[in-house]
Amino acid sequence: MGLTETLDQVGLVARRSVRRTLRQPALVIPTVVFPLLLLAINSSGLSSATKIPGFPAHSYLDFSITVCFMQGALFSAITAGTELATDIQSGFLNRLQLTPLRRVAILVGQLAGATTVALFGSVVYLVVGLIAGVDIASGAGGALLLLVYAVFVAVAFSGIGATMGARTGSPEAVQGVFPLIFAVFFLSSMSMPRNLIAVDWFRTVATWNPTSYLIEGLRSLVITGWDFTALWRGVAVGFGVMLVSFWAASRALATRMART
Amino acid sequence: MRDFATVGSAVLRRNLIHAFKNPALLIPSTVFPLLFLAAFAGGLSNVGNIPGFDFPSGYTTFQFVFVFLQSAAFGGVFTGFSVAADFESGFGRRLLLASPQRRGIVAGYVVAAICRWLFTATIVTIAALIAGMNIDGNAAQLVGLISLALLLNMAACLWGTGMALRFQTLQAGPLMQIPIFLLLFMAPVYVPLHLINGWVNTAASYNPVTALVEAGRGFISGAPDVTGLAYLCGAGLVALALFWTLTGLVRAERGE
Repeated sequence: MGLTETLDQVGLVARRSVRRTLRQPALVIPTVVFPLLLLAINSSGLSSATKIPGFPAHSYLDFSITVCFMQGALFSAITAGTELATDIQSGFLNRLQLTPLRRVAILVGQLAGATTVALFGSVVYLVVGLIAGVDIASGAGGALLLLVYAVFVAVAFSGIGATMGARTGSPEAVQGVFPLIFAVFFLSSMSMPRNLIAVDWFRTVATWNPTSYLIEGLRSLVITGWDFTALWRGVAVGFGVMLVSFWAASRALATRMART
Repeated sequence: MRDFATVGSAVLRRNLIHAFKNPALLIPSTVFPLLFLAAFAGGLSNVGNIPGFDFPSGYTTFQFVFVFLQSAAFGGVFTGFSVAADFESGFGRRLLLASPQRRGIVAGYVVAAICRWLFTATIVTIAALIAGMNIDGNAAQLVGLISLALLLNMAACLWGTGMALRFQTLQAGPLMQIPIFLLLFMAPVYVPLHLINGWVNTAASYNPVTALVEAGRGFISGAPDVTGLAYLCGAGLVALALFWTLTGLVRAERGE
């Protein structure tokens, strides 16, 4: 089976995934609205944090806008996992096994819906942020890279959702993983730069937490400009998450398909 | 009255057994407040050094009060989820048919919410003490803090129960959670009210939860503040939510 044929299969599954996701406002609206709501509250509530000596931005809005992109990635992970699990639970995956579709086509295609929502959400966050007065230090090129980077992170996290979906085959179980992923976000440098975290154990956890580097890579484009150290660290961590999550998702899907 | 107590205690017993035997129900309501405590008191501890931040008991104590009240509110909402799940499975309708005093059902869920929250509150308090929380208030003032949290827990539970009785499905979960979430986060979460800028300052000034948070912080630091207003706001929220639930109960009885 050639690459062209595999890509055709990915396209078929992806088209269904995108249409199905966009037809469910309950999946799209929270992804877009909830991060913006938190941004609005936190940027006002923590605006005085910029007075802390050494704080790297003049506006907390600039500092925290990238958290929206990360939350969008989190939602896309849940969406991807829930959709795959729903297909397993409803028996759709069993029916797919009767067709010549390859496993990679199912896995990659299934993530298209979540990725589309992440892209849509990222564009909305950026536009709303610019309207609210966010100043992107790296300019228009940086804004474009911000979108690409956000989608890249969303795809990497979608692999985690797909792993959970394939392993459990239960949408409820995937939803139950949400607090765990949420915890990973909270225990990072999401709200404060690592060098300004005063509690030692929290700073250590944030330093070992890969999410910190993803956030710092994104954030550097907004508050610093072209900081290639922050960017390569973020990209490297993103690739690591993507490789591990897709490998695990592929294994889980193989086991699931063999079992059925 | 005896029927009321019988129905209430049966609902209470069933809900507690279900909650404590089901880790999927117990863990999120316990883990989330701990997570918020770690993130706010740990990650944002430097916020306590902002010029104008004047809370003598320290930032961990400052954040503990918010997390304590938040755990009470979400503990109430999680019990609302249980009511919705009971109706979704058909158990709720059978319960309505079998109960000689249906208001006892609501009372049972409210007391269950309190018991479930007391478990969470104990764990959150122990975690905060380990993290270095200072308690400068006396025993009576701590009882004051707990009573404010109980009012919030009851109000949130009654709000969630009212929603569950109307929609009778877990899909109403976001409708139960989001208003509570907004009320909580539009209070002075990270810094005192005078350090908040923009529209959130205006929203927080009119938010009844602000009075509860400020009074709670006053209690724990041994310098009670806006206490009367806080109890008035708490009692008002409970009264409104009780009306909301009882009208929901009437609708459920009619099969609407």
